[in-house]
Amino acid sequence: MSAVVSPIREPLVTGGKSYHQITEDICSPTERTPSAAWVLAFIVAVTGLALFVFGVAWTIWKGIGSWNLNRTIGWSWDITNFVWWVGIGHAGTLISAILLLFRQKWRTGVNRAAEAMTIFAVICAGQFPLIHMGRIWLAFFIFPYPNTRGPLWVNFNSPLLWDVFAISTYFTVSLLFWYTGLVPDFATVRDRAKGIRRKIYNLLSFGWTGSAKHWQRWEALSLVLAGLATPLVLSVHTIVSFDFATSVIPGWHTTIFPPYFVAGAIFSGFAMVQTLMIMTRKILKLEDYITLAHIESMNKVILATGTIVGVAYLTELFIAWYSGYIYEQFAFYNRVLGPYYWSYIGMMSCNVLSPQIFWWRSLRRNIFVTFVMSIFVNIGMWFERFVIIATTLARDYLPSSWSYYVPTWVEIIIFIGSLGLFFTLYLIFVRVAPVVAVAEIKSILKSGGDQYVGPEANRTHASTKEAAH
Amino acid sequence: MSKENKEVLYGLYDDEEYLLKAVDQAKAEHLEISEVFTPFPVHGLDPKLGLAESRLHIAGFVYGALGTLTAFLFMTWVFTRDWPIIFGGKPYFSAPAFIPITFELTVLFAAVGMVVSFYIVCGLGPGVVNKTLDDRITDDKFCIAFDVTGAEPTFIDKVKGFLSQSGASEVNTKSI
Repeated sequence: MSAVVSPIREPLVTGGKSYHQITEDICSPTERTPSAAWVLAFIVAVTGLALFVFGVAWTIWKGIGSWNLNRTIGWSWDITNFVWWVGIGHAGTLISAILLLFRQKWRTGVNRAAEAMTIFAVICAGQFPLIHMGRIWLAFFIFPYPNTRGPLWVNFNSPLLWDVFAISTYFTVSLLFWYTGLVPDFATVRDRAKGIRRKIYNLLSFGWTGSAKHWQRWEALSLVLAGLATPLVLSVHTIVSFDFATSVIPGWHTTIFPPYFVAGAIFSGFAMVQTLMIMTRKILKLEDYITLAHIESMNKVILATGTIVGVAYLTELFIAWYSGYIYEQFAFYNRVLGPYYWSYIGMMSCNVLSPQIFWWRSLRRNIFVTFVMSIFVNIGMWFERFVIIATTLARDYLPSSWSYYVPTWVEIIIFIGSLGLFFTLYLIFVRVAPVVAVAEIKSILKSGGDQYVGPEANRTHASTKEAAH
Repeated sequence: MSKENKEVLYGLYDDEEYLLKAVDQAKAEHLEISEVFTPFPVHGLDPKLGLAESRLHIAGFVYGALGTLTAFLFMTWVFTRDWPIIFGGKPYFSAPAFIPITFELTVLFAAVGMVVSFYIVCGLGPGVVNKTLDDRITDDKFCIAFDVTGAEPTFIDKVKGFLSQSGASEVNTKSI
């Protein structure tokens, strides 16, 4: 079938879909009994979650002494994992908010799943500072509430408190944005369902009817939330970087941190979106909605942000040398050639060198290469945080207190377990909610799909020609 | 929602192009459309229906400004009046350090306020049950509805004639 498509751009929805077919394709996975692949994945994920619960319970019961933190290295795997997860949690809002403001239509294929991923990643991130507090039952002390100790308030000048506000605001706003997008789609699932299932989805859909006035308000709300979320997403990792940058530790005390962290966050977030999307589109058979064009666009973002991160690494080295300040110079010498040199190599090779293969179009459009690269980037970005946090602390001002750090089994299972927490939530999400934004895909079908009806509609896009052969 | 039942006469269209044409035609024939339901936001529909622009963004600005003031004034009060503490030799009123939290609360207030307002003005929320005219409206049908409660049979026939003649694939009556 030779479809009529825009002569300019590659179609974002392929397969000559009708509106009904879109509903059918995207809603039916929530209506079938789960496939064997899903059940297997869920068992693995829940096992991971059990490890997490066990590790956290152990930590709370025994205390932070069950980790290998010491007098010199007070932050290590815990904060590394926190920053890593928060970074991953940046892509969803970036895709849904910034790409909405830039009117990038390809966001509609991936925004729903990416936003879900954001929320789950932030949930994972939030666990680490909480358990690192040691006395988790006093965690509410971080909020400024009237208390009987004065009232003694929290320190509003501390970047750690800014982080509390940034992460909790980010989580709330992302959740609202995501759920408001889901409401019309839950109504679509509701109207296909019967009995108790219909009641449950009616509850989830808030009684949505699809009235023209509601749609108008819904679009106005989405646009303003996108406008609010755009500076928010940039502020969150900026503030996370302030946790380090406002300290007086050589190697942390640098002005480059905010943009460098934000670029790194987008980089790792898109990598995680790729990992999830490649699996999701395959298992749920959504290749017509999450197309190679989507994967290629995300690979371009990965290439750009990976290169920005690379420039930041080199700038740091240059500035350390140029500063003429021996402590700063030593901090970076130690990062590259010190006892943790292997983590620096891991960071440089996974984050800076390997994404450069995406200069080639054929590799950007290769699913297998993309999948492997997305795992590489995730590993590399974990190393980056480890490099910044642990190697810097291991060699402080006093050589007598220099130390080395290896995690205990508790720290290892908490980290692996946090992946279990993440995937458990994601797997439940793909069973319960439409993974692609149904209404939004329908609204771009005629302008961005392969049934393009605009001017010059009779010309066929090159890639469709290839497919037709 | 009123408790009394409304008689609704509605037509289902297969495509948003037919819907837009039908709305124009209804306006030309001076028929008053009571509601239009669509599976996704149809662009160009609002001006045809004469819907005024949403004022949600104005509410958002007000909520945001409230958040800005709450955060900044509260921190100022805490550190200059209620419990002044010197941190790192900085003044009690260290405004630059208040900016991050002020920004976050501005966004938080604006977002939460707007979303809550949205659901309230739309009459939507957890536990709300709205009767819908047809299950396919959230799938692939575009619906124009007329309120014909207690209307003259001649009027009903006129509306029916308009719906079928303007390209509706189905015309039905339902009391909701």
